[in-house]
Amino acid sequence: MKGIINSLWLIPALPLLAAGIIALMKRPQRKPAAALAIGSMALAFLVSCVAFVATLQPEAGKGAVQLTHNFAWFDLGGSALRLGWLLDPLTAGMLVMVTFVGSLIFIFSVGYMDHDENLTRFFGFLALFAAAMLGLLIANNLLFLFMCWELVGVASYLLIGFWFHKPSAAAAAKKAFITTRIGDLGFFLGIVWLYHETGTLLFYDNGAGCLEQGALTKLVTQTTVGGMAVSTAISLLLFCGAVGKSGQLPLHVWLPDAMEGPTPVSALIHAATMVAAGVFLVARVFPLMGAATADLGLEGHSPHTTALTVVTWVGACTAVFAALIAVAQNDIKRILAFSTVSQLGYMMLGLGVGGPAVGMFHLLTHAFFKALLFLGAGSVIHGSHHEQDIRRMGGLRKLMPITFAAYAVGMMALAGFPLVFSGFWSKDEVLHAAMIWSPSKLPFLLGLFGAVLTAFYMTRQMWFVFFAPRAESASSPGRAAHSASHHEPQGASSSPHESPRVMTLPLVILAVATVLLSLFATPVWPWFHAYLGGQLDHLQVGWSADSAAGLTMLLSVLAVALGVSASWRLYSRGKAGTDAVERLFPRLFRALQGRLYVDEFYAATVFRLNAAVAVLSDWADRFVWSSVVELAAWLAKGLAWLSRTLDESGINSGFDAGCVETRGAGGFASRLQNGQTQRYLRILGAGVVVLVVAIVWMGNN
Amino acid sequence: MTPLAAYLLVSALLFAIGFAGALTRRNSILVLVGVELMLNAANLNFLAFWRYGPNPEALTGVMFVLFAIAVAAAEAAVGLALIIAIYRHYCSSNVEDVATMKG
Amino acid sequence: MTTLPIITLLTLTPILGALVLALGGHRGERPARNIALGFGLLALLETWLLVAGFDGKSAALQFVERHAWIPSLGVEYFVAVDGLSILLVLLSALLVPFAVAVSGGIGDRPRTFYALMLLLQAGLFGTFTALNFFHWFIFWELSLVPAYFLIKLWGGPARRTAATQFFIYTFVGSVAMLLAMQAVFLATGTFDLPKLAELARSGELARGLETKLHWTGLSASALGTVLFVGVFLGFAVKVPLMPFHTWLPATYAEAPSSVTMLLTGAMSKMGVYGFLRILAPIFPGQLRDLLGPLMALAVLTIVASAFAAFAQKDLKRMLAYSSINHLGLCLLGLFAAMQPTANTAGWQTEKVAALNGVLLQMFNHGLTAAALFGFVALLERRAGGLRGLDDFGGLRKVAPVFAGLMGISLFASLGLPGLNGFIGEFLIFKGAFPLAPYAAALSTLGLLLTAIFLLTLIQRVFAGPLNERWKTFPDLTRGELLVFAPAVALMFLLGVAPQLVVRLINPTVIEAVNRLGN
Repeated sequence: MKGIINSLWLIPALPLLAAGIIALMKRPQRKPAAALAIGSMALAFLVSCVAFVATLQPEAGKGAVQLTHNFAWFDLGGSALRLGWLLDPLTAGMLVMVTFVGSLIFIFSVGYMDHDENLTRFFGFLALFAAAMLGLLIANNLLFLFMCWELVGVASYLLIGFWFHKPSAAAAAKKAFITTRIGDLGFFLGIVWLYHETGTLLFYDNGAGCLEQGALTKLVTQTTVGGMAVSTAISLLLFCGAVGKSGQLPLHVWLPDAMEGPTPVSALIHAATMVAAGVFLVARVFPLMGAATADLGLEGHSPHTTALTVVTWVGACTAVFAALIAVAQNDIKRILAFSTVSQLGYMMLGLGVGGPAVGMFHLLTHAFFKALLFLGAGSVIHGSHHEQDIRRMGGLRKLMPITFAAYAVGMMALAGFPLVFSGFWSKDEVLHAAMIWSPSKLPFLLGLFGAVLTAFYMTRQMWFVFFAPRAESASSPGRAAHSASHHEPQGASSSPHESPRVMTLPLVILAVATVLLSLFATPVWPWFHAYLGGQLDHLQVGWSADSAAGLTMLLSVLAVALGVSASWRLYSRGKAGTDAVERLFPRLFRALQGRLYVDEFYAATVFRLNAAVAVLSDWADRFVWSSVVELAAWLAKGLAWLSRTLDESGINSGFDAGCVETRGAGGFASRLQNGQTQRYLRILGAGVVVLVVAIVWMGNN
Repeated sequence: MTPLAAYLLVSALLFAIGFAGALTRRNSILVLVGVELMLNAANLNFLAFWRYGPNPEALTGVMFVLFAIAVAAAEAAVGLALIIAIYRHYCSSNVEDVATMKG
Repeated sequence: MTTLPIITLLTLTPILGALVLALGGHRGERPARNIALGFGLLALLETWLLVAGFDGKSAALQFVERHAWIPSLGVEYFVAVDGLSILLVLLSALLVPFAVAVSGGIGDRPRTFYALMLLLQAGLFGTFTALNFFHWFIFWELSLVPAYFLIKLWGGPARRTAATQFFIYTFVGSVAMLLAMQAVFLATGTFDLPKLAELARSGELARGLETKLHWTGLSASALGTVLFVGVFLGFAVKVPLMPFHTWLPATYAEAPSSVTMLLTGAMSKMGVYGFLRILAPIFPGQLRDLLGPLMALAVLTIVASAFAAFAQKDLKRMLAYSSINHLGLCLLGLFAAMQPTANTAGWQTEKVAALNGVLLQMFNHGLTAAALFGFVALLERRAGGLRGLDDFGGLRKVAPVFAGLMGISLFASLGLPGLNGFIGEFLIFKGAFPLAPYAAALSTLGLLLTAIFLLTLIQRVFAGPLNERWKTFPDLTRGELLVFAPAVALMFLLGVAPQLVVRLINPTVIEAVNRLGN
């Protein structure tokens, strides 16, 4: 089984190959493209399962399975830059989740994107995304991870902008890429710095990797700007990348806009997998984040390093912030998007206070139930003819029973209904870890408040979509226009209908998985912790939690009950067409609906500054720099003019005067030459006389 | 007054007459005549200086004069030919009319 | 190996082609282009022989040809290649056929046009292989002349101004450099570049300046600085380093696009090559003394040009600023590699990384920028000369292949991993960040801005609703695909397997770092 490491590259290579082939296909080859993408994903799932099984048998006393395969990429000075694959429980768990959820979403897409003319391209992009995401998971090198990280960003860009003819989609795609890239700059610098300090980017390399003891000891002892340990500085830079990718404050703005993409994309990329990459990154470099001079951490809890404290606070704030905004959104996908941001905050919180096992378990459960919710939303949207406003839905419980049932499972998992829903257990663990986190109790309280809000907004959404009295289609001109454009006969077919089986089947499977997953991390049988920690052989069935766990569970159940009942009471008694919260707190609601004006704030500050500096640079270029050049040119021209003037007035005029004189003399001489021979003779005679006189006179002296 | 001085005086007179003729006459033939007179005044000088000079046996003066007369004859021929050519061209033998060489 | 003077043959090939074109009596553009393409491909073949025979494990000069020329002036015919040269020769050999193939619609005197293109190539080959300053300088200037005429005769509406500006600007720089190098000759009595580098290392150059040029009344160090500034000016204008760049946007925008491909792809590399081959080896001390301000200029170049690109409305001007930005990164890496450090293996590795990055960046930018200008050339030809950012819209719908390939090139330009641009930038930053943390950190802003304006370009030109005017915009033809597909394939290839190029340059770079000292 250990030989799987040598074939691990197959997992990303299969979808990559599919993407390459699909890229060369023609537009009408829809079925082969879809089949190829789904087939490659299914194969990758099988290989992932093999890899997963290989991690289930830890060697006694050596902790978790950790297989690596490193190779040189290119020469660099005396050594070489080396890349590699890594298989450990963290990777294996993620691999299985991504390939499984991915396969289901691929299948769902066949139904959802049925009408789209660019289906071939769509599957190409999906396969590219899957390849990059899987590459990111198996990377044993931070640089390779970063490369895949950027590639998933591109795939996300392409898929958000899939309907590129819509300006909003094109803008959202750009926004997503650039916002995440802001975080990536920090990530990039972190990588470069880490590379410099440790001389390698391999995570694990038989003791010489950058996440292994030798390198970590070196990193924590050195200090840098402001007395910060180098490990902390690097961790924070790397965390910047995670903030961007996982939509944490203050870089969360792209994720809601990313809902412009097709719904399966939202489910796969912007809920289940890619946005979780930031969480995965933090979990992957957790040894670095948690590295401290003396091991402050207690057994089973994470150490309280500066980096992890930052992670905790960012996560907690994001969790509540996004949950608040979600309360006032009306677009079914946007509610889920803000919910995703909020849940990613929980994962970060879990990582910060409880370590990888806590955060990662919430990541895995969330991936299933959020994919379920998004696909459910996709099914709703598909069924109600691309209507996305929850206030115009209603009563779908009867019309779409399967979707309703699956969606209800997802909603209860997200809200944290007790016992049989995986979301309850994973969220409970996060809260439990936050409760016993010694530096501050505030993150715990924030998390608890977030839980109330989550239950509240999900109940609100359920009520509007599935329970509320059905709004008349005539009252919504937008929809009427829409159905008219479909050229369908009015009546039966314009009312919502259940989606085809190719779409409901993945829903059902995901719903079942959501419930089943709750078995793996209960306090009675904490299998997942043991798996990640490499202690499966010590795993025992039995109540293993402390007293705080019971209290946390009680509190979280109360929170859910509070949220659900409040929401249900408010909305079920409210008048149709208006929002109960809006009536109670109109100003607050509007602020929340405007997403607390973060986008507007950025537009007013960052964008405007950017544009201003751009104009300034251009202006400087056109006027300042070039006027310096112009000045030099003018100077040269001035000198040339001066030189010419001097030439003409000084040197030339002297020469000219000489010429004039010579010419005058010539004229005079020529006037003497008048052609009168006798005058010549006379002059000759006079000359002779003068000569004679002179000779005589001289002879006398 | 020695005979030499008398010769020289005659010669000078002759020269002066010729010179005056050459300067004052408008007719080019008369100018040429004046020139011939001056030439002969010179010849007379030659002969006088030879006859009364230190070496009268050597016949040098005669030789000079013979050559000068021959040259003068040739010159007169050329001069008259020129005058005829000029006359044909300008229909005038007045020297003042022939001024195309003026500057 | 020395029996065949392959470098001389290589340099003569395009000259021969130019002669054939100039003397031949063919009419029309197509035959002229085919002849130029033929000679271009022949030169590429010869380059291939050169690369195949090149010993990648050695840092020594190879394929040396050396003959006395004017011994009394220290002038020799001395050509050879090392890792640095061969990379750029390869780049020039790739780009000229590429640019020739993209050219088209040359109505006026096509034979002259293509002959000048080939002459330009000869100038490039000569510059990248000559190792005697005199000989080198002739080729350096030789490449300028055809470029001037290509811009002046076949350029856009403001071509006269642009061509004159281009010529005067670069010429002033060249003259400053020539004067400085003559002073160096007076001090040392040689024009031999490797030898000069050696003399500079041993301190003999400084002594020569002291003894032979004391009549200037300047001390050796002051004189050294003056000479350094002279040579620096010549290269800084060519690269260009801000604020010596104002000729560039106008020139790139006005030149015919296929000529711009060569200007940005190959000629801008002459400047960086000069920095690496002449300035840094001969004036290392002076360069180190002025490192702070120079680094600041490099950062200014990177950031300000990216901002300026963001404000452009003309695609060619935008890409021109993007070129300045990319070359600024080359200089950042170069200056970082000159940073004085302790003589440890760790720092050596960083410097090697930075310089490897610089060379890779040169090659990759040459390829990518040329491809981008090539795409703009096609866009311009299809749109009847329009190339404003807002003139298009939604083209991806009617020309998906065009949009796809140009999109890939744009992503390569913004440094997407998996495409060629990334590794160069990564290595530059890997070296520059530890050596000059603040400069490097500030420069990352340039990376971000590059992403912003290139994505804006995609958004405005290819996405959004289709502009009705371009409803019949044709996609790439089979012939065009044949030209661009190899370029894009090369981008992928180098992105995945940078070893192909690093193999050639790594030993030379290690040697250079050792020679430059600490």
